[in-house]
Amino acid sequence: MGGLLSAVWDVGTTETAYTAAARFAVVLAFAATGEWVAERAGTLNISVEAMILAGAFAAAMGYHTTGSVAVGLLAGTVAGAAVASVQAEMSHRLTADQFVVGLTLNILVLGIVGFLGSEWDPSTRTASVVEVPVLADIPLVGPALFGQPWPFYLIYLVVPVFAWLVHRTRWGLEIRSVGENPQAADVSGIDVNRRRRQAIYLGGLSAGLGGGYLLLGQVGRFDPGIVAGRGFIALVAVIFGGWTLRGAILGCLLFGSVLSFRLTLPGLGYELNNEMLSSLPALVTIVAMALFAHAVRQPEALARPFIRGLK
Amino acid sequence: MVEVVALYLGCGLAALVISGIIVEAVGADWSTVGGALLDGSVRKPGRWGGTIGVTVPLAMVAIGTIVSTKVGLVNIGQEGQLLVGAALATFASTRVPGPGPVVLVIILLAGVAGGAIWSGLAGGLRYWRKVPEVLTTLLLVSVASNLVGYGLKKPWLLLDAEAKRGNRNLVSEQLPPDTRMPRITLFGNEFTISAFLAIAVILLVGWMLSRTLWGYRLTVVGHNRRVARRFGISESVQGMVAMLASGGFAGLAGALMLTGGDFANYRLVSGFSVSIGWVGLLVALVANNRALAVIPVAFVFASLRTGSGFLASTGIERRVTDVVQGLIVLALLLPPAIMFIRERRRALAAAGSRV
Repeated sequence: MGGLLSAVWDVGTTETAYTAAARFAVVLAFAATGEWVAERAGTLNISVEAMILAGAFAAAMGYHTTGSVAVGLLAGTVAGAAVASVQAEMSHRLTADQFVVGLTLNILVLGIVGFLGSEWDPSTRTASVVEVPVLADIPLVGPALFGQPWPFYLIYLVVPVFAWLVHRTRWGLEIRSVGENPQAADVSGIDVNRRRRQAIYLGGLSAGLGGGYLLLGQVGRFDPGIVAGRGFIALVAVIFGGWTLRGAILGCLLFGSVLSFRLTLPGLGYELNNEMLSSLPALVTIVAMALFAHAVRQPEALARPFIRGLK
Repeated sequence: MVEVVALYLGCGLAALVISGIIVEAVGADWSTVGGALLDGSVRKPGRWGGTIGVTVPLAMVAIGTIVSTKVGLVNIGQEGQLLVGAALATFASTRVPGPGPVVLVIILLAGVAGGAIWSGLAGGLRYWRKVPEVLTTLLLVSVASNLVGYGLKKPWLLLDAEAKRGNRNLVSEQLPPDTRMPRITLFGNEFTISAFLAIAVILLVGWMLSRTLWGYRLTVVGHNRRVARRFGISESVQGMVAMLASGGFAGLAGALMLTGGDFANYRLVSGFSVSIGWVGLLVALVANNRALAVIPVAFVFASLRTGSGFLASTGIERRVTDVVQGLIVLALLLPPAIMFIRERRRALAAAGSRV
């Protein structure tokens, strides 16, 4: 136990640990923010993994062809939305089961990018680091939050914008209402499935951007295994956060730190059970759900398709 | 009826055409790729055996999925249940003494138990704490793979003591020959007799679901919980049974993979499940939850997998079969959805004209 505490202390006082955690957490945060919108509208969108992957691949291709990080990120966003379009149109226009569509997309997109990636082999590198003056000099967390490749800072834009959209606009109110009570929303004149589709598209944009950041801001080289379950962890973070954006971001930070321990602990001379750390997000969430399932209320119509006249 | 068939054929064809376009996009010829897939799965002599070997676990996972879907539960964690089943089967194989055939039976039962434990966790949380089973089954997949990964590092769990010297050699002890599934040769194709076991299980489950009181109870709960309660059918009991059965079949699939010899050479290795759980889930969906349809669908999906082994000669990345598979599944999701919407339009129009 003392060993564990001193390990936590050592990690907590190492600048690189914060940087590693922030890098993990930000990809999760991009994906989780979008996933949060989709879930508030009533879709348990498990194709978020595919959206990140498609975003990363498109970003690689975009950078490969134009040499511009911005174009790469844009391509990633579009690719995320493209995956979202399949998910949205099939599950909320054609009434196919959303989990089936999501799972299939995860396999399909992995196949497509694995196949095309090996055929086209895009060459990429990471975007340049931009340090925010003054803020980057804050001890410990400064470099982690303000001394990153520039696509990192988009998260400071995405999260508030999404929060504003969902909580402060009429559209957002409608989004929340179709996730809580689609029958009532329908009666009051809201096109339920249309709002749900829009929420998924928004989720795809954000997750695709996250994929683009993952590739151009961190990894720098495309590989089909690049996402490695981050989409699922983002989904878990939303649930862990009790379907609030604040909670979801907190979950991303927590899981991001846990995952980064795998990288930072060996460097500090500690041996820790890798498998335990990897499965911690899932375990923590299961336990949290089992304990607080009655206290935290999920969107009432989460994962329930809406077909007018059928309840 | 003609409409329905045409719709299915049209959508299937569209999936194949899109796959062809993707293949052409990277400068390969779709007909050579298709030929290689056929060669590798069924056309070349002796290839049926390997394809049957892959069909068996896919079909077992799918039949389990059908049971849990029947009661209205969404189990999407077969990949993890299969892995835990295989791990417990491996553990049993190294610990249980006795004559080969007896141990073989124990291995299979251990596989069933492993899968059932894993799905039972999700089922228990569903009925005891109201945690959605979709999430727990999904989350338990990553826990399972990490757990098995851990076990494969520890000699007192799963790691082969001999292989420890390799340090990174994460494999379990190989099954001794007398505890393996016997293999037979028919028409020049060598395959395990678990194929017959699988067919028997599918027929039995299909019969039980459609013709027995148990199956009827599941159907009632799946269709309408309130009616079930009025009938005196306990939702949680039926749900738990279905969930345990579902995971049990996935675990059985894992044990059959271990003892069958078509995967990983009678050893448990890291990444042992090779997506059989995910694909088996898709098989159940494409089969539209009809037990008998599982056999042909599982065979087609298995063919894509074994056929991909022959793609190397065409210079095409073998992942292309994942693309084909995904597109086929998406395409086959369309017809029921389209028909459903049409029916409703017609019904609405009819209702409108009456007013």
